[in-house]
Amino acid sequence: MTRFFAWTAFLLGVLFFVLPLVGMTEFSLKMRRGEYSFDAYRRVFEDQRFWDTFSYSLILAGATIVFGVLLVVPTAYWVRLKLPQARPVIEFITLLPLVIPAIVIVFGYIRLYNTSSVLPLTGSALGTDFLLTMGYATLALPYMYRAVDTGLRTIDVATLTEAAQSLGAGWITILARIILPNVLVAVLSGAFLTLAIVIGEFTMAALLNRPAFGPFMQLLGANRAYEPPALAVIAFAITWGCMGLIQLVTRFSKHERAKV
Amino acid sequence: MAFLDLTNLEKVFGTNRVVKDFSLGVDKGEFVSLLGPSGCGKTTVLRMVAGFETPTSGSIRIDGQDVTDQRTNQRAIGMMFQAYALFPNMTVADNVAFGLKVKGVPRAEREARVIEMLQLIGLPDLASRFPFQLSGGQQQRVALARALAPQPRVLLLDEPLSALDAKVRVSLRNEIREIQRELGITTIFVTHDQEEAMSISDRIVVMNGGIAEQAGAPFEIYNNPRTRFVAGFVGTLNMFTAMVEDAERGLITVAGQRIALATGAIEARNGETVNLALRPEAIRLGRAVSCEVVLPATIEAVHFLGSVIRVRARVAGTVVALDTFNRPDQPPPPLGSTAEISFAASDVILLPA
Repeated sequence: MTRFFAWTAFLLGVLFFVLPLVGMTEFSLKMRRGEYSFDAYRRVFEDQRFWDTFSYSLILAGATIVFGVLLVVPTAYWVRLKLPQARPVIEFITLLPLVIPAIVIVFGYIRLYNTSSVLPLTGSALGTDFLLTMGYATLALPYMYRAVDTGLRTIDVATLTEAAQSLGAGWITILARIILPNVLVAVLSGAFLTLAIVIGEFTMAALLNRPAFGPFMQLLGANRAYEPPALAVIAFAITWGCMGLIQLVTRFSKHERAKV
Repeated sequence: MAFLDLTNLEKVFGTNRVVKDFSLGVDKGEFVSLLGPSGCGKTTVLRMVAGFETPTSGSIRIDGQDVTDQRTNQRAIGMMFQAYALFPNMTVADNVAFGLKVKGVPRAEREARVIEMLQLIGLPDLASRFPFQLSGGQQQRVALARALAPQPRVLLLDEPLSALDAKVRVSLRNEIREIQRELGITTIFVTHDQEEAMSISDRIVVMNGGIAEQAGAPFEIYNNPRTRFVAGFVGTLNMFTAMVEDAERGLITVAGQRIALATGAIEARNGETVNLALRPEAIRLGRAVSCEVVLPATIEAVHFLGSVIRVRARVAGTVVALDTFNRPDQPPPPLGSTAEISFAASDVILLPA
């Protein structure tokens, strides 16, 4: 009897997640009247704006990930090693982007860094790109910090640090050669989440008037019928591809497999 | 001046003085153990030598150079940890080579040194394994090789055998000692296991409450403990109270038996009570020819330990432990039976009040 209910719950769960995906995929294939085709996908890929906005968001995602890793890994490491009492404060700070809407953050940025301010970042495309990257890093902070912190929890940070120090290593060597490789899968999870956030982010990019993928998806969704679900399916494929990559890294990294 | 010189070290955490006025000189190539119960400050002393803790006061000199304010990575020390602390993302060879790489040793020289180190620890075939593929004993051997590879001035061992099972512990401690002798490296070993400390050290420093209670060779520490704590902590000890009959001549009385102490005159007043101690192996079951003190006893417990049998007997209201060798033709006495125990006056240790 218990088994029956377990299977029922499982099947209901599968239906809940899979049905919308199947429906959306099916709809994206119905652009040609009366038959299934990949026309919607072809139209999306043929649109130059898709490639421009997608590559723009990809570059910014890369910059956000690099900045996030450089900010979060040393911070989480230092908090774990030297300031464990500061953990609640740091956790609270990293949670703030979840409770402060992106629109509030971006209006704050515009007000602080407009062309008549001391640091007129919005005055140039490069400056605005930098501002947008910082904004993305802020939005991704809760996910990146938690992913890295969870990774750090699986290793004995203090003893490994002391062992490396006793062998003559300085802080940069310790971070680059001991800590980072041992939390690589966690960092990749954080990076993947960051990528997902940046690719789909609309508010900041739209209000800073940058040609990102989010505003393009919104534009397409407002004017077309079949291309938006095709785009959503593409986005899902990218997401699953990233997840597969993380699995691959874990599989080929022997020491990571040992933790499982 | 000693090769490693610790002078008046003190460490305070908040209001807690963990190490108090600790001084120790360790000669080049000497193997010194810091022995004591948990919280006695032995690990803190080691961590100050390593540079992980900064002394509140006092100084640390290695080979004449003051390293008190130097960072750990500048001190040229090697360290082994209880938790092995091998880098999980690196192979055995990479772990051993790490310190050499950091020092900027050229690749060819580095590889030769790694092979040499792995041969030294008897694991030349495991170079490409990852730490998780090794047993605890193998991991600790690799940790030793890694610590020794950059040729440190001082080797620090922080309870490196505690996480291992009994058999591996004994064989590895002997290996560590052999390698230490072979390389002539100055070593400080922290342990709470007195048997471990006694078996491999040139000298033992017994610590209690942040101070060094006594320092000396294992033989001296065991046979001539200077304080009650050392006597109780190192080995098993039977305690008696005795009445001073003639302090000048060293005459005391235990359970009605007069004993003339081998030390002669003692610092006590006649009629005063003093504490005596006897090691289990100094007490014989029955009358022994060389033992002039004989006391009646009741057998309360018999523990068969293989080659040794430990008997617990009640003597003048006190339970004493005595060890006798196992001989098949001499079965241990039955529980509750009465017997005699004997010991030589020269084996009696007079403890300070």
